[in-house]
Amino acid sequence: MNPAAIAFQSNWVEVISSDFMRTAFTAGTLVAVASGLIGYFVIVRGSMFASHALAHIGFPGATGAALVGTSVMTGLVAFTVIGAVVIGLLGKRASDREIATGTVLAFATALGVLFASLASENTSTVTSILFGNLLAITTGQLIIFAVFLGVLAVVLGALFKPLLFASIDPAVAEARGVPVKGLGVIFMVLLALVVSMAVSVVGVLLIFALLVTPAAAALRFTARPGWVILWSAVIGVFSVIAGLVIAAIVNLPPSFFIVSLVFIIWLVSVTIRRDSSPPNSAGGHSGHPAGN
Amino acid sequence: MLELENVSAVRGDRTIWEEGTFHVPSGSIVAVIGPNGSGKTTLLTMILGLLKPGSGTLRVLGEEPRRGNSRIGYVPQNYAAIAGDSIRACDMVLLGLTGTRYGLKRTTASEHARVQEALAEVGATHFADRRMSQLSGGQQQRVAIAQALVSKPEMLLLDEPLANLDVRNQQDIVSLLKRINAESGIGILVVAHDLNPLLSALDGAIYLLDGHPHYAGVDDVVSEELLTHLYGTAIKVVRTAQGDLFTRSA
Repeated sequence: MNPAAIAFQSNWVEVISSDFMRTAFTAGTLVAVASGLIGYFVIVRGSMFASHALAHIGFPGATGAALVGTSVMTGLVAFTVIGAVVIGLLGKRASDREIATGTVLAFATALGVLFASLASENTSTVTSILFGNLLAITTGQLIIFAVFLGVLAVVLGALFKPLLFASIDPAVAEARGVPVKGLGVIFMVLLALVVSMAVSVVGVLLIFALLVTPAAAALRFTARPGWVILWSAVIGVFSVIAGLVIAAIVNLPPSFFIVSLVFIIWLVSVTIRRDSSPPNSAGGHSGHPAGN
Repeated sequence: MLELENVSAVRGDRTIWEEGTFHVPSGSIVAVIGPNGSGKTTLLTMILGLLKPGSGTLRVLGEEPRRGNSRIGYVPQNYAAIAGDSIRACDMVLLGLTGTRYGLKRTTASEHARVQEALAEVGATHFADRRMSQLSGGQQQRVAIAQALVSKPEMLLLDEPLANLDVRNQQDIVSLLKRINAESGIGILVVAHDLNPLLSALDGAIYLLDGHPHYAGVDDVVSEELLTHLYGTAIKVVRTAQGDLFTRSA
């Protein structure tokens, strides 16, 4: 990539209609849609931290890929999927999971640094793993993204209701015969696939912005599951595409603009009063508000 | 609705209670009482088919307990604590009907109608569109009961439904339980710390005493001797002007 310098690109229209930009738009859209599909579940299940951790667990996979002579994507998928299964099988209590996940996360990041130096990766490779590089995506990766998105859509579609039940109300779902733990592991593996995709767009460190923030913003406007998913996908796709265009105009890395747009949309969403009827409206008394 | 024949509750290698032999008549409202850690929730877990009896035979609604039994509606403790901000009350109730179904089949009109019916049954219609986190404790409890009722079970299990509710909301929930029991004949099992708010509704109680579960009609349970023994602290039974029975520490 060219050394970054803030400069208006007068030929930006040409740039965004070039082949590599078309690949970037397509890849970004696929990733944003995938993130939108899973983002609502990430929030409902309280797996925000796990999604962040998975990206970090993918870091040594990505940097270590060069050591064994395989692609960054393969390394990412291998590490995040293994990490996902382990996190999914770990103790049920979220607090236990957080300590375990955090500890593994720190170790994984350290491994990533080690692998990067052993493989004598140049800094730009490491930087693009950490912060994403949508402009470096190949057609091969594009196909993988499309396949992942297809798998995600089919599996989420099939499991939608039981997964929602198990996420929101695990005790009742369990009693009603929903395989809560199995669904949890499947969910984590799906999350690992999305994380592997999203790393290429926003990188290990900025993953939250694509995976969680659009759904969080959407949830301010609606709590209908289908609508939250649709809105998170729309917010994600808009941010990725607009971010790429702005990046082309000023010739700076797209990650910054993508994440900034998501951030601004989220900021707006939290300042707008969300959908709600006035508290304790007519008909029946409701006593004091719930303490939780 | 419950038949126990020399049943024991075992978790791992620890026996929680044993020698449970009693019969709870169908369609009654029954409290499950006992000190902390005496195995009240364990009994529910066994009725739900999530834990097998260590020994003996347990029959629920005339059959072996099994996981996923749609004849039982279950309201766990600490309802809606996790994802309350991300779901509306009506969607919560809908999950009780369609949450076990795989695939993307749309909710049918009759399913929507059944959800509305369940919400109306518990008096939750006017806040059905709000998020769980926007509801008061009493309202959340109503939604939880609607979710359990929506699949038309024959038996309702509630784990500490009155905990964290003020006196007025406790009374409301108890009269709600009384009403749905009277209207549909559904059997109701309520795990409770405090017997007082439930007394007016109860037909009997399962009490866990010294590692053994027993069942008795409400008149036999509300005795100073039994309650004092049960809770390990002096309990006095007072008859009020309204004819209600109250138990309280002396």
